[in-house]
Amino acid sequence: MRHIISLLMENEAGALSRVAGLFSARGYNIESLTVAPTEDPTLSRMTIVTSGSDAVIEQINKQLNKLVDVVTVLDLSDGEHLERELMLVKVCAKRADRDELTRLMDDFHGRIIDVSDNTYVVELTGSGEKLDGFLAAIDHSLILETVRTGASGIGCGERILRL
Amino acid sequence: MELTGAEITIRCLQEEGVEYVFGYPGGAVLFIYDALFNQDKVKHILVRHEQAAVHAADGYSRSTDKVGVALVTSGPGATNAVTGIATAYMDSIPMVIISGQVGTSYIGEDAFQEVDTVGITRPCVKHNFLVKDVKDLASTLKKAFFLAKSGRPGPVLVDIPKDVSNHKTTFSYPETVSVRSYHPAKHGGADQVAQAVEMLLSAKRPVVYSGGGVIQSGAAKQLTELTRLLGFPITNTLMGLGGYPATDKQFLGMLGMHGTYEANLAMQNCDVLLAVGARFDDRVIGDVAHFGQVPRKIIHVDIDPSSIAKRVRVDVPIVGDVAHVLDDLLAALRASQRKPEVAAWWKQIEEWRSRNCLVYRNSDEVIKPQYVMEKLYEITGGEAFVTSDVGQHQMWAAQYYKFNEPRRWINSGGLGTMGFGLPAAMGVKLAHPDATVACVTGEGSIQMNIQELSTCKQFRLPIKIVALNNRYLGMVRQWQEFFHGNRYSESYMDALPDFVRLTEAFGHVGMRIEKPSDVESALKEAFARKNDLVFLDFQTDPTENVFPMVPGGKGLSEVILAEDL
Repeated sequence: MRHIISLLMENEAGALSRVAGLFSARGYNIESLTVAPTEDPTLSRMTIVTSGSDAVIEQINKQLNKLVDVVTVLDLSDGEHLERELMLVKVCAKRADRDELTRLMDDFHGRIIDVSDNTYVVELTGSGEKLDGFLAAIDHSLILETVRTGASGIGCGERILRL
Repeated sequence: MELTGAEITIRCLQEEGVEYVFGYPGGAVLFIYDALFNQDKVKHILVRHEQAAVHAADGYSRSTDKVGVALVTSGPGATNAVTGIATAYMDSIPMVIISGQVGTSYIGEDAFQEVDTVGITRPCVKHNFLVKDVKDLASTLKKAFFLAKSGRPGPVLVDIPKDVSNHKTTFSYPETVSVRSYHPAKHGGADQVAQAVEMLLSAKRPVVYSGGGVIQSGAAKQLTELTRLLGFPITNTLMGLGGYPATDKQFLGMLGMHGTYEANLAMQNCDVLLAVGARFDDRVIGDVAHFGQVPRKIIHVDIDPSSIAKRVRVDVPIVGDVAHVLDDLLAALRASQRKPEVAAWWKQIEEWRSRNCLVYRNSDEVIKPQYVMEKLYEITGGEAFVTSDVGQHQMWAAQYYKFNEPRRWINSGGLGTMGFGLPAAMGVKLAHPDATVACVTGEGSIQMNIQELSTCKQFRLPIKIVALNNRYLGMVRQWQEFFHGNRYSESYMDALPDFVRLTEAFGHVGMRIEKPSDVESALKEAFARKNDLVFLDFQTDPTENVFPMVPGGKGLSEVILAEDL
């Protein structure tokens, strides 16, 4: 089953490779992994999307907790949570395509953030499914490149991950 | 007063009460060696290969309850140390490894003797550090010792660039240490302890199964008391031998791939299993699915939550320091008036035990390895520290030498590192200069670190090397005989050295023993030579196999006994 795991870790050189190394060494899946410092510059927050049986997910949580640089781990999938991912897509935007693209932007609440004679860069935020939906809806021959951040997640309401 | 990084390193070792550092100098650690030269509190043991430095520090640690310390240079010094570090990691041995690194301004430039030591060792250390500023050095070393020893112990590496070891700063050794992300459990949950007590008291076919965690936690006494109080049968893993007195009637012997018939059958057929500081690994329970065929309740005590429910489903998980948890269990059991009824179970176990699975056919013609182990046990009165290498000899030592105390049996269980025995014995001998130290080995394993005979000469370490020389990589040959149609692919060693003359060339005493009738007298003579290292080259039966054997991937009750063949 797919799980989204959030963790706080020491913002130190090598901390990311400890986590990445753990996943490769033990043969766990990584669907996506995002990391950036938090409002406390000594801490980084990482979101990992992974999948596996209940036993594997339990081991992943335990093994993450065991890393000395990892301060705290929360399996967001255990409760209500929000997921968002950012995607930038550069599309072919010749005059003839522009109406269709503008309509899609409305449907998916996307924004055009860069315009050239022949291209747009569009920005979309949402769940992974929504971004997948956009890519399915748009004429594939228009896509020049895409970049996705991978999911970031946060618990709903009182579910708070902090020191 | 300001000190250099090198001086700070040595001062930290002094503050930690480090008696011995095992190491090998080189360019990146020259300042540290200079600081070592200017003091006499920390003694340095110069090995002949960095792998041996780490194994020696490891043996020192396993035979005491102290942190072993190794010191190596950058590049090849560090890579040579990796096997030793991985060995310690797999067996949860507390160690601090200090490695030199090229100067900070050279890092990443493919400098001479540069290697990404922190990167290479990351998967086989509990934690590691690269110290980029001399101001962080003392606090990092303090953390390193704390992490190595606390919780589930393990090796911690501190990589020190050459310029950092020469920069100066004010030295003060931190009195306390805390790592905000690291809080190993001590006591188990009270509810779980209560559940465990109820389960143990109502067991009909119980078994206690204990491993290296009992040794590391210093919990042999509690384990023994608990097992006796309950009257339960107990088995130890290879790493757990000595955790319960092997000569005691309740002891079923070692379990696992080469465990006793009674231990494996009891493990397979029990209804309540108390697992203490052990991790259900593949060499212990064999095939997980086969093990799961018999329903049983499992209580698992371990300091590492990730060891629990990793391979088997557990009914009562107790995360905590084994010694503390056993204390809590003992207190609760003593308070209870109930006594478990296990007489019928013991009757069944005695029936299994009567198969006498370790019996072997002795010979007047050729030396049987089991016979050498039995005699070794007798002649040393069961009091020796025994290190071993890896292979058939290791299993025979584990089967036939009865360890009544913890920390006497020193072997590489998890990683299975050939070449471990001799350097580990050096560490043991330094830690226990008056004790008898034997290294049980084979002609294959001993050659993997034989250069350490030179270290033994320099530091006068009168170890007794008991080599079971069958002219084969015996365990490989055994598997080839059983599972690969007798095709002995590269398991025969032609052109072996004359170990007697080799040992003599290193300045020690060598003995070659060819007849069974000479085994006892040779051992007696060797062990009587208190001040000499003696290499006993026993020419043993090349066809002998280790029994019982649970073949790889099979279940514990699918055991092959010697009599079956």
